[in-house]
Amino acid sequence: MGGAMEHGSIEDFYRREHGRILSALIRAVGDFELAEDAVQEAFASAIEQWPREGTPDNPRAWIVSVARHKAIDRLRRQARFAERSDELRRLIETEREGAISTERDDAVPDERLSLIFTCCHPALAQEAQIALALRTLCGLRTEEIARAFLVPAATMAQRLVRAKRKIATAGIPYQTPSREHLSARMEAVMAVVYLVFNEGYSATAGSELIRRELAGEAIRLARIIVELMAQEPEPHGLLALMLLHDARRDARLDDKGEIVLLEDQDRSRWNREQIEEGLKEAGVAMETPQPGPYAIQAAIAAEHSRAARPRDTDWRRIADLYGMLMRKQPNPVVELNYAVAVAMDRGCDAGLEIISRIEERGALRDYHLMWAAKADLLRRLGRLAEAEGCYRRALELAGSEPERSFLRKRLSEVSS
Amino acid sequence: MQYMLLLYIPTEEESGDALKKILDEHKQFTRRITTSGQYLDSNALEPAATATTVRLRDAKTLVTDGPFAETREQLGGYYLVEAENLDAAIGLAARIPVARNGSVEIRPVNLAIREEFVREGVIQSRPDR
Repeated sequence: MGGAMEHGSIEDFYRREHGRILSALIRAVGDFELAEDAVQEAFASAIEQWPREGTPDNPRAWIVSVARHKAIDRLRRQARFAERSDELRRLIETEREGAISTERDDAVPDERLSLIFTCCHPALAQEAQIALALRTLCGLRTEEIARAFLVPAATMAQRLVRAKRKIATAGIPYQTPSREHLSARMEAVMAVVYLVFNEGYSATAGSELIRRELAGEAIRLARIIVELMAQEPEPHGLLALMLLHDARRDARLDDKGEIVLLEDQDRSRWNREQIEEGLKEAGVAMETPQPGPYAIQAAIAAEHSRAARPRDTDWRRIADLYGMLMRKQPNPVVELNYAVAVAMDRGCDAGLEIISRIEERGALRDYHLMWAAKADLLRRLGRLAEAEGCYRRALELAGSEPERSFLRKRLSEVSS
Repeated sequence: MQYMLLLYIPTEEESGDALKKILDEHKQFTRRITTSGQYLDSNALEPAATATTVRLRDAKTLVTDGPFAETREQLGGYYLVEAENLDAAIGLAARIPVARNGSVEIRPVNLAIREEFVREGVIQSRPDR
């Protein structure tokens, strides 16, 4: 036994280890819900015993071992249900073989990759995928997830119960997908992680603290995926993209909560350490003949992060990267970003020309950022009357208060 | 696990040649999953226009013309298969010709109820299983 772990650090341990421990236990008992309940009980025992009796030398293995006993107890109590007897037999057999020893922490198998693919299975609703991933892999409590997504705790609890029931009843497997499906399934997993990040980064609802935590959890999820699939370049891109955006968090809003544009941000408030790591990851992600969309977006964010002052920004490189992204994911929003980069590189007229091509196709007519971008280019060209009209249109369409406030300010600047 | 693959097809009628081609594909698919031991049962249903829906309300039998729900796609047939898990069932569903222009709904079979029926002698267990 080591020293006694305090209650707070058991909480930290829970957060850090929950995914790994649960993943091992699901493999051992073959039942998601049973494993989850048993892990909860084992942690409850730890909170009771560790401060009093000292922390075990191998806390992870201790929890897994206790949880397995709890699972066996539960199965014994339910053994009259015939369908449970297979699981029980399997558990008792592995117990006898000592498949999970408490001797060494690394004896606990790391099955988190299977867990990720089960939680983010496309047969589950995406909101359920998000909730499951946060609950199991990040060790967030149901109430915490509910608070982050602004739904009542009971609603979130039900969403989780339904999802777990579907995993069991529909036979969603606990495994890494086969080679031929891996990349499509990876995409779905990364989309879930990025959604969590965006909820934390740009959602307008919820307290700043909760949003910061969500962004942090998304980064943690990406780190897990990178750790488990280090040879895949695209997860490095996702991690880099989130690190680089999150690094600017403190500079993004001013004291009054108003949006500060990238070019006006106080770059000394950017998180340098996080940027360094992001740049490194972005580099890894681009080291492939066919970089994926996250890698390219990370490379774009990296260009901004590298520039000490706004005028040092390599807009030509950014325009090239947006061009690359457009070929990967042809969509008008990417094209709009391309237009802005071209405007910064070759002049506002060139950018406006691309925007008018988007407009001619009838795309983005109701997208406030299209009008805001157009207004900004017109403003820079001194065409203030036209800019005014575009700002007004953007203001009509914008939803979030910080954005509306920003647009109102710009509108008053160009209005005569 | 056992899964019911419900085949929902667009309501437009297929012409003779196209129909024959689709039928050939179904035969090929059926042969393949029979060889792999996954085939349990299948049937094609007559068009939804021939459907009759029955409800018993206040001890009165209400009979109406047409399917339970009027939808753009109609239940056209089914396969009952044995598959290791949902991913395997999805793999099978994706190979059914209907997946290209219609939809395949995958529903796990409630085997607990089936076993209860067998246990109580209500039905015979499937001879091939």
